[in-house]
Amino acid sequence: MTRYVLRRFGAGILTLWVVSILIFIGTEVIPGDVATAMLGRSATPEALDVVRDRLDLDRPAAERYWDWFTGVIQGDLGESAAQTLAAGQAAGEGAPLWPLISGRLENSAILALATMILLIPLGLVLGVLAAIRAGRRVDHGISMGSLAAMSLPEFVTGALLVLVFSVWLDLLPGVSLISAGTSPLGNAEALVLPVATLLLVSLAHTIRMVRAGMIEVLDSQYIEMARLSGHPEPRVIRRHALRNALAPTVMVVALTVQWLVGGIIVTEVVFGYPGLGQALVQSVESRDVGFVQSVAMLIATIYVALNIIADLLVVFLIPKLRTAP
Amino acid sequence: MSMTARLRELHGVLRWPRSWSARIGVVGIGLILLVAFFGPLAAPHSPSEIVGPPFQAVSWDDPLGTDHLGRDVLSRVLWGGSSLIGLAVAATLAAYLIGIPIGLVSGYSRSLADPILMRSMDVLLAFPPLLFLLVLVTGTGPGSVALVVGAALVNLPGIARIVRAATLEVSVRGYVEAAVARGERMYSVLGKEVVPNITGPLFADVGVRLTLSILLIAAVTFLGLGPPPPAANWALMLNENRAGITIQPWVIVVPALLIATLTIAVNLVADAIARSRGISIVERPQ
Repeated sequence: MTRYVLRRFGAGILTLWVVSILIFIGTEVIPGDVATAMLGRSATPEALDVVRDRLDLDRPAAERYWDWFTGVIQGDLGESAAQTLAAGQAAGEGAPLWPLISGRLENSAILALATMILLIPLGLVLGVLAAIRAGRRVDHGISMGSLAAMSLPEFVTGALLVLVFSVWLDLLPGVSLISAGTSPLGNAEALVLPVATLLLVSLAHTIRMVRAGMIEVLDSQYIEMARLSGHPEPRVIRRHALRNALAPTVMVVALTVQWLVGGIIVTEVVFGYPGLGQALVQSVESRDVGFVQSVAMLIATIYVALNIIADLLVVFLIPKLRTAP
Repeated sequence: MSMTARLRELHGVLRWPRSWSARIGVVGIGLILLVAFFGPLAAPHSPSEIVGPPFQAVSWDDPLGTDHLGRDVLSRVLWGGSSLIGLAVAATLAAYLIGIPIGLVSGYSRSLADPILMRSMDVLLAFPPLLFLLVLVTGTGPGSVALVVGAALVNLPGIARIVRAATLEVSVRGYVEAAVARGERMYSVLGKEVVPNITGPLFADVGVRLTLSILLIAAVTFLGLGPPPPAANWALMLNENRAGITIQPWVIVVPALLIATLTIAVNLVADAIARSRGISIVERPQ
């Protein structure tokens, strides 16, 4: 077990290192020059020189990568290039990134947690319900509904929810106006539609996976045995089936959280929710390379960490996997 | 596989589907393709022509009103589907074109090429797909090329893995070993013996891949990082016209419903194909 855990962590760290290289290459090396990208083609050579100087772009890419990478592992995310330029400062003494994003990270986490709190019980109940009624009308309804919901991009789901609940019924705000420095928890109304958007799509995935796992368990010999020995059906489901379906479900939840990482970015933009995803999209627009690199690295780390946690939980819950490679 | 068996398989893919959900899917895809590719012929205005004040209500001249710049929404809807569908199809095709050779070599070679190729595929899975595209767009600037390359790369690992697994299974069969014994080259063995026998598993999840491409490309386009305005695009229309949602809801409703029809229809068909092969659509890559 210890060996497996160590190996899994080792692989995770190796992956993150390769990811950091890919992020750096993807954002910097391809187009040639960050300064031109930020200022546009019409920029004067003098202005470009000033930017290159301030952002330290004269140094070779490998050297800058190393500085950035060693900074990131020590918890120093670097600076926002755009903010540094706006403040007229030089690289190294510009606007540090962490204060700019810590509040947003918190807002995004609130959004994700609120979704998870509703997702797990709803997904379990509906998935199990569809499984024990497999092939009947309830199952067909749930399965078709979830197929439709998981087909929709978040921005379509979000737009339709805004139309119905904000424009026509006038019940909820269509835009999440949360002023800087205040927590979205103090304005729960603004959270409802973003959470509903994320919930619809992730719930669909969860239901389908729980249903598939539960059907497999219900098909097994020990469930038949339990039924044959005369246990009442609700007891068979609760004591025998659900417990064994739980391990795959943990995997499902972890997969869904990974999916949420991407879904949140779009949802935040749809509702103007001041989270990390919205900031990321804005910085991609303004081509604030430093910002994108560090935020992308942060999100990728969360993603890989969730992956590892899911793997370890599953191995912990299903003992027979421990001996497998 | 004999010729007749192959024809039967082809017929199995192309026949009118038996389940109702798949039929609805096929009809939905047909309708959307009709709107997206023949729509421009029926459009009353050019997609960039300004025909009135912004967010004008529905009228005889503008059956769906005008958008945030006063352009005819109906015309923009009719023009705005082809790029989304075209880019998604291009990305999916590109993913298969690169993924099939990678999977074949990886599954067949039994050399160091296999772990190297597969580990580099794993790295691509370490990113959330949308984040991957955003990083790419930061480097290349907004545009269609980054979208196609990004969506193709996101689909690549799944395709390569499936091809590799199918190749591993087929490559120990008698007819492959016979071809190797005859002294045929690797490319000839792969092309003549392996590929024709893995078409089944290969294309079982083509619908899932296409859905993933559509969802990703639509999302990035919605974020304003895809094909730039003033080109008409259903996903971009939802973003551009957000301010007018209370005065002129049609400019949001119609593109939203068209995208919804497209993605649901493709997924219904993908689900039916997957089911007929006994696999579940939930096994899609995240």
